[in-house]
Amino acid sequence: MAKITDITNQFVRDQIEQFIDSEVEQQHIIQLYAQATPDMQDIAAGIIDGQHKTVDCLTRAALDGGTAALDVMDNGLIAGMAIVGIKFRDNFIFVPEVLACARAMKAGMAHIEPILSESGIEPVGKVIMGTVRGDLHDIGKNLCIMMLRGSGFAVVDLGVDTSPNDFIAAVEEYQAPVVGMSALLTTTMPNMGKTIEAFIDADMRDDVHFMVGGAPVTRDFADEMGADGYGDSAIECVEVAKQLIGVKTERRTEP
Amino acid sequence: MANKAQPVTKGLLDRLNEERVLISDGATGTYLQSHGLEAGGCPELMNATHPETIRGMAREYFDAGSDMVQTNSFGGSSYMLKKYNLGERVEELNRLAAENACSSAPPEGLVLGSIGPTGELLEPSGSATTDGVYSAFVEQVQGLAAGGVDGFCIETMSDYAEIALAIRAAKDTTELPVVATMAFDKGPRGFFTMFGIMPAQAAEKLAEAGADVVGSNCGIAIEDMIDIIAAMRSATDKPILAHINAGIPKIENNQIVYPHTPDHMAQQIRKVVDAGANIVGGCCGTGPDHVRAFVQAIRASRNSV
Repeated sequence: MAKITDITNQFVRDQIEQFIDSEVEQQHIIQLYAQATPDMQDIAAGIIDGQHKTVDCLTRAALDGGTAALDVMDNGLIAGMAIVGIKFRDNFIFVPEVLACARAMKAGMAHIEPILSESGIEPVGKVIMGTVRGDLHDIGKNLCIMMLRGSGFAVVDLGVDTSPNDFIAAVEEYQAPVVGMSALLTTTMPNMGKTIEAFIDADMRDDVHFMVGGAPVTRDFADEMGADGYGDSAIECVEVAKQLIGVKTERRTEP
Repeated sequence: MANKAQPVTKGLLDRLNEERVLISDGATGTYLQSHGLEAGGCPELMNATHPETIRGMAREYFDAGSDMVQTNSFGGSSYMLKKYNLGERVEELNRLAAENACSSAPPEGLVLGSIGPTGELLEPSGSATTDGVYSAFVEQVQGLAAGGVDGFCIETMSDYAEIALAIRAAKDTTELPVVATMAFDKGPRGFFTMFGIMPAQAAEKLAEAGADVVGSNCGIAIEDMIDIIAAMRSATDKPILAHINAGIPKIENNQIVYPHTPDHMAQQIRKVVDAGANIVGGCCGTGPDHVRAFVQAIRASRNSV
């Protein structure tokens, strides 16, 4: 079993001790970081600290030095986001800090994405995201998209005020197995259910999994409308998407 | 009942000095949705297209016993109106919002200009600039002031930087009193806004930013509002306003239902006052019946003292 002293990066160690209360979760994170080289831990630290320039430089350097792109992504960027997610869920950091972390993630992914697509590595999964019809709010949805992309998903962003037909057309065009719907207004929440109904009418309900979220959306509400997944926060969105497409936590390898 | 043609003789702050508790109104959005506003429609446009509905709403709240009502201008900043291609009509729609409410107000009825978030994140979290957001609030304040409001209620904010810009815009542009309230969520470590501000901290910072009245609205049910107001009271001597949702919305038969009845809320409203609120009213899901119940509950307890 890995110990916290197996992690060389002091900042990461402090973060784990300071912000992760659950022993089980702490052990899981320690395990994750114990497999990461010091260089990867430095990248993760940059993510946790929201330093996009640092992450940009370190990611470039690691790739130039011969570290595999998937290794940098999993052991650096995604490992960093794992701690960010826990801190956000447990009210240690909030939207501005998470956005800074997401920006750092994006800076790292900018180097990694081209390599992954060149070498034919598929994304973790494909997700279509949109705020439902009649609703013009997108802060939460955008946060979810950043988290998904930061976890290796390919995301098609349909923006705000997305009609059921727009969702259907996007599923047909991109063949994505997961559709994420967001709403901030209680008045537009029923349009989530209407979108699902439209998929039933189009005989496409079995082609996709629906996940829903947004400030007024509750698990009960999600169940009631027949959604397949519900997330309470942008962090949970990633877990829900993974569950829906059945992604295991096993590591991928480059061909 | 004679309508007020002039600004009230006794402003919000004088009234707060004299009376222990003022009763505000209930929700605007909920009312408009049950009076013809379609999901996804622009509420502020109704100030121009359905003035009778907007005047009727203010009248119903005053008739129910509200000492003050808010204008139908929550999303009246250029940032929000632009989303409906109404970015050119900020002055007009805000002025009309104020005029509609004022035309239904009894002589001493107060009308507060509602100002909600721009929906944009300020730099560096987002792309909105300090200057841009400040100017947008100034424009909205000017429209509301031109329509005759007695003060402003800047509400449902999460970001201290944004609410501070709105307070400054109101204070730089007019002499009118400013109420400033934030929306808190209940998380594993307590109550926080989306930007991580806690109630006590908010009370302190809003007063520091120049708000005459501080407070909390939306987000949580009345049981939690009691705790939030108590926390704010521990941090400020300013008057405190609480605009409270009729509970957390649920869905029943494909309809959104706010579970807390006027009776349920009325039983708790005294506790909100005892926790330190000087103005109480409703937010999402509340209507004139809730206001009537608040008035009764507050008066009954006042008489029993």
